[in-house]
Amino acid sequence: MFEIRFHGRGGQGAVTSAEMLAHAAIEEGNYGQAFPSFGPERRGAPVMAFARVSDAPIRNRSAVYNPNGVLVLDPSLLKLVDVAHGLAEGGTIVVATHRSAEDIRAEFKLEGRLGVVDGLSIAMSTIRRPITNTCMLGAFLKATLVDEKPLVDLQALEHALKKRFGRIAAPNIAAFRKAFDETVVLEEN
Amino acid sequence: MGTRIGKEVSIGIAEAAMMADVDVVSAYPITPQTHVVEHLSELVADGHLDAEFVPVESEHTAMSTCCGSVAAGARTFTATSSQGLALMHEILFIASGMRLPIVMAVANRSLSAPISIWNDHGDVMAERDTGWLQVFVENGQDAYDHILWAFRVAEDHGVLLPIMVNFDGFIVSHVVESLEEWSPEEVRRFLPPYDPPYRLDVDNPWTFGPVGIPDIYLETRKAHDEALLGAKATMVKAWSELADVVGRQYYPVEQYKADDADIVFLSMGGISETCMTAVDELREAGKKVGLVRLRLWRPFPFDEVKAALGGRKVIIAIDRALSTGGPGGPVASEVKAALYGLETRPQVIEFIAGLGGRDVTVGDFKQMYEKGAAVAAGGPVPGYELLGVRA
Amino acid sequence: MAPLPGWKDLPPGCPIQEPLSARNNLTGSWRSARPIWDHDKCVRCGVCDLFCPEACIKPDHEGLYQANLDYCKGCGICAQECVTQCISMKQEEE
Repeated sequence: MFEIRFHGRGGQGAVTSAEMLAHAAIEEGNYGQAFPSFGPERRGAPVMAFARVSDAPIRNRSAVYNPNGVLVLDPSLLKLVDVAHGLAEGGTIVVATHRSAEDIRAEFKLEGRLGVVDGLSIAMSTIRRPITNTCMLGAFLKATLVDEKPLVDLQALEHALKKRFGRIAAPNIAAFRKAFDETVVLEEN
Repeated sequence: MGTRIGKEVSIGIAEAAMMADVDVVSAYPITPQTHVVEHLSELVADGHLDAEFVPVESEHTAMSTCCGSVAAGARTFTATSSQGLALMHEILFIASGMRLPIVMAVANRSLSAPISIWNDHGDVMAERDTGWLQVFVENGQDAYDHILWAFRVAEDHGVLLPIMVNFDGFIVSHVVESLEEWSPEEVRRFLPPYDPPYRLDVDNPWTFGPVGIPDIYLETRKAHDEALLGAKATMVKAWSELADVVGRQYYPVEQYKADDADIVFLSMGGISETCMTAVDELREAGKKVGLVRLRLWRPFPFDEVKAALGGRKVIIAIDRALSTGGPGGPVASEVKAALYGLETRPQVIEFIAGLGGRDVTVGDFKQMYEKGAAVAAGGPVPGYELLGVRA
Repeated sequence: MAPLPGWKDLPPGCPIQEPLSARNNLTGSWRSARPIWDHDKCVRCGVCDLFCPEACIKPDHEGLYQANLDYCKGCGICAQECVTQCISMKQEEE
C-alpha cells in the first residue's frame, strides 16, 4: 500500500488530484481511495487531501499519518505547515517551486527523496491559471518511479484527467507531461 | 458482474437510486448528504432520470412529501443527515406507522450543540425507535448494493416498511473508491416494479392515517412490531437473491477472521474496515482476535448476535454514539441484552469511538485490543470509555 | 356489536377501506337540544351551514335551512353564529 498526502490551499485542486490518482489506480485494475480532509471548504486556507493506492482491497478509513508520498502544491505552505510530518521511511516529497531541490532541502530541512518542479510557470504556460495540481501529479509520478515504473499507469492517469476536465483536458494533460519531464529529483541524504 | 470503476460513494448512491428508477425524490441538502441529492437533481434535470425532484424548505416537509408520494404509489427516495434527520423525527413515525416503504439514505453525522458536521452515529441512534428498518453499510459497494436491496425489501408485500440505509458521513460518503455498478438487466432481475397492495386513488377512495383510539392503537403497535421482526426473513432472502444476481453475499451479522477468536471486536459501519486492518496486523503478531460486524440494526438480529458472540471470552464493543447519562453506547447495551440469557456470558468492554469525527485509526483498535486482552487474562472489567478523550 | 379486531386482522398501516364510513356513526344520538329556525327572520345567508362542525345543515327544496337530525349533535354553534339570531335551541325533553 502506498499512502499519499496532498498539501494545498482551498481552491487549488488538492482533492481533485487525489481523486485522479485513485481513478487511475482503479482503471488499471488496482485499488485506489481518495478523500479530502473533512470540513467546510475554505478558499485559500491550507487544506489536505489523502489517497491510497494498493494492489489489494484497501481497508482503512482513517486519515494518512505516515505518507509514502507528499505533494506540496504551493511553496508558501512550507513556511506554514510541517509537510514532512510523519513521512514514512524511504518517502518522497514533491514541491512546486522555482528554487532548486538543494535550496529547499537546506531551508526547510526536508528528509527523504525530494522532487521539485516550477509548477507555477508550467501551469501559467499550459492551463494559463495558477493552479498546480495536475503539474504536481506529473512531478509526483516522476519522483516516485521505481525501476522506471510509475505508481499508477501514466495513460490511466491521463484518461482520468480527460474524464474530469473534458474541454480543458488537453492543457491539463500538457501540464502533467511537462512537469513529469522537468521534475528534478534529489535522492535521500 | 461488472468491472470495478472509481466513484465517490455519494454519487454511487444517487446512481443506484436512478437504477432503481425512482419516481419521486424529495430532499433538502445538508452536509454530508449533499452530494447525493445534488447529483439526483442533476440526473433529473439532465433527463437521465424520469422522476419528480421535489425541492422543499425543510426536512420535515421532505419526509411529508415522501409519505404522500409513496402512498400514491410512486417509488420514493430521500436522503438526509444529522439535524435534518432530527427535523424529520415526527414524520418518521408516521411513515412507519402507515407502513409506507420509503427508502432513505442517511449520511451519519453528529448532532449539535456544539455544531459539528462530522461523522458519528448520534443522529440515527436518536431515531432508533421510530419503527423503521435500519441497516449500516461499510463502503461504496455496500452502499450501492443496499440502495437497490432496500427497495426490494421495503416494497415487499410481506414487509411494507420504510428503511434507512446508514452510511458514515465523510469517511464513507466523500471517499472516491472502486465499486461495481449493476447493469439494467441485473436490476430488472432483482427488483420488481413498485406495486403497492393499495394506494391513494380517487377512483377507489380509502382513508389513510385515521385516528387510533385506545381500543385499536395497541393492536396497531403489536402489528408494527411483528412486521419489523418478521421483515428479517425477507431481508435475508433478498440478500441471497442479490448474491444470485451480482455475486456478493451479505448477512445480518458478518464475521472477519473470528472463527477461533477468544477476543472479538464488535462494530457497525465504516470503521469496521479500519478494524479489519487492525485484526490483520494483530493476527500477524499471533493474537487470536477477530471482528464481528452488525449490518442489521432494526430489527435487531438477536439470534445471529448470540450465535456470533456466545462462547467468546471478551467482546470489545465499539459504539459511535453515546447515550448520555445512560448505559454508555446503544450497540453495547443491546448486545449485552442479547447475551443476558446465555449460561456463560462473555465479558463485554465498551468503547465510544470517533464522536464528532474524531479519527479512529488502526492504532486505536490495537489499544482497545490490549484492554480486551487484560480482561481476558482475568483483569477487572472497566466501565465504558470515550476513546481518546483528554483528561 | 361486532368483536374488535385482533392485531393480525389489521391491514398494514390500518387504512379504512370503506369510503365515508364515518356516516355509519349517527351522532344525532348525542343531542340533548335541537336547533329550531324562525324562517321569517332567516335571510338565507348560510352562515349556519358554514359553521356546522357536522356539515349537517342544508337548505331544503324551498331554500329553508334545516339540520339533518341523524347527525346534528346539538352543539348550538349555528344558533350562536346566526346573523339574525333566528335559531333557538330547544331541549329534546320538552
